[in-house]
Amino acid sequence: MVGKVPTNVPDGLEGAPVGRRIFLGLLGIGALGIAFGSKVQNALANALGPLEERDPTGLLSLLPLGDTFRFYSVTGSVPDKDASDYRLTVSGLVGRPTTYTLDDLRTMPQIDIVRDFQCVTGWRVPEVHWRGVPLSHLLDLAEPTTEARALRLTSFDGTYTESLTLNQARLPDVIVALDMLGGPVTHNHGGPVRLYVAPMYGYKSVKWLNGIELTADVIPGYWEHRGYSIDGFVGKSNGRSDEPTG
Amino acid sequence: MNQPDSASAPTAGARLLRFTVPVRLIHAVTGGLMLVCIATAAILYNGSLAVIFGHRYVIEQIHVWCGFALPVPLIIGFAAPSYRADLRRLNRFTPHDWNWLRSKTRRSGAIPVGKFNAGQKLNAALSAGSIGVLLATGTVMYFTNVTRLSWRSGATFLHDWFSLGLGLLVMGHIAFALRDSEAMHSMRNGFVSLRWARREHGLWAEELTDVPADTCHPKAE
Repeated sequence: MVGKVPTNVPDGLEGAPVGRRIFLGLLGIGALGIAFGSKVQNALANALGPLEERDPTGLLSLLPLGDTFRFYSVTGSVPDKDASDYRLTVSGLVGRPTTYTLDDLRTMPQIDIVRDFQCVTGWRVPEVHWRGVPLSHLLDLAEPTTEARALRLTSFDGTYTESLTLNQARLPDVIVALDMLGGPVTHNHGGPVRLYVAPMYGYKSVKWLNGIELTADVIPGYWEHRGYSIDGFVGKSNGRSDEPTG
Repeated sequence: MNQPDSASAPTAGARLLRFTVPVRLIHAVTGGLMLVCIATAAILYNGSLAVIFGHRYVIEQIHVWCGFALPVPLIIGFAAPSYRADLRRLNRFTPHDWNWLRSKTRRSGAIPVGKFNAGQKLNAALSAGSIGVLLATGTVMYFTNVTRLSWRSGATFLHDWFSLGLGLLVMGHIAFALRDSEAMHSMRNGFVSLRWARREHGLWAEELTDVPADTCHPKAE
């Protein structure tokens, strides 16, 4: 080597600080996205949501497009139940405690409602078709005693619970749903029988419903122990201002 | 050792220190937390997995706290000079780097590559930025009473898409690592062979040994 002139400079001492620019640029996109992302999301959901619902491959559902059901379960595996082993028990402060089979529920008067499903975490599925027995009908059959003020609802997942006041439970758009989206409620959606409380956030609509117990006081349910509102009306609770679904 | 004296000219079998102990530790902890975040995110996000694994509350808590912990090793690492030195190198893009990114024959060795190639620099910057965005949006999503609803919706939207992007980035990173066992091994024991360094990171090998890379290539193997 001629002389002692360094043949090279350690990289890192030359060149433009592009890494830092990318880093700060992404943080900038993050700040803009928090402020305006919900508008972009709505546009995307409007454009692609209908496609996703009809996508036979199911691949679109892997993308976060919004306006689609996301499946939540709070326990380990939930047993599959069908007409042979499904039971719904109405108990507690009632004159006539009863246990119903799926066929019993099928032969009761059904009503149809088409209403949005709004989750407290933000997603909303527009115009879902529901069909089932009005909860008020089951209450009439059970004849609640005069002390009964509230319902404790349980799930055959073994863990999930929910609550409604007796007045809320008698609302005409609160149903024990047997069908949704044009067919029997599937296992992932909480089938064979789930609750649908149309005017409230999704966590009130207990999946895999197996028990209705009449109680004197409201007993807070699973998510309500973890900070969610007990009276979960859409747009009027949980610090949210969504368009009501009621 | 940046300036070995001429008496100890490196041989082809020499070992070069590629990653110091602090750098390896930071990588291991960050990588572990990242994998937990990705696994729990997949369960929280994908309907089929959510129904198989259930336990939504527990999974959510693991995801949130591993997420909050994710930047901690990256920040504590600044105490280590070797980590800072690597970050400086990752930060700087030379004209060679832009050529490398555009080139179809970037692995041929014709374009000089320092300690990190342009792809690694890009991956580092994109990963760091994505982690920052996920941390900020995740915080907005988790502390629901702090910000207004439209911000939370925006944060959820960004969090979803950045998770997808970062997940692909991490998958790519792992795929490249699996293709080069010596590179991957050096993340565990720190060292690479001089032969590997000359082939993959010629400028860096040159810098450590003070011998121009060209003259070290044997004319015939």
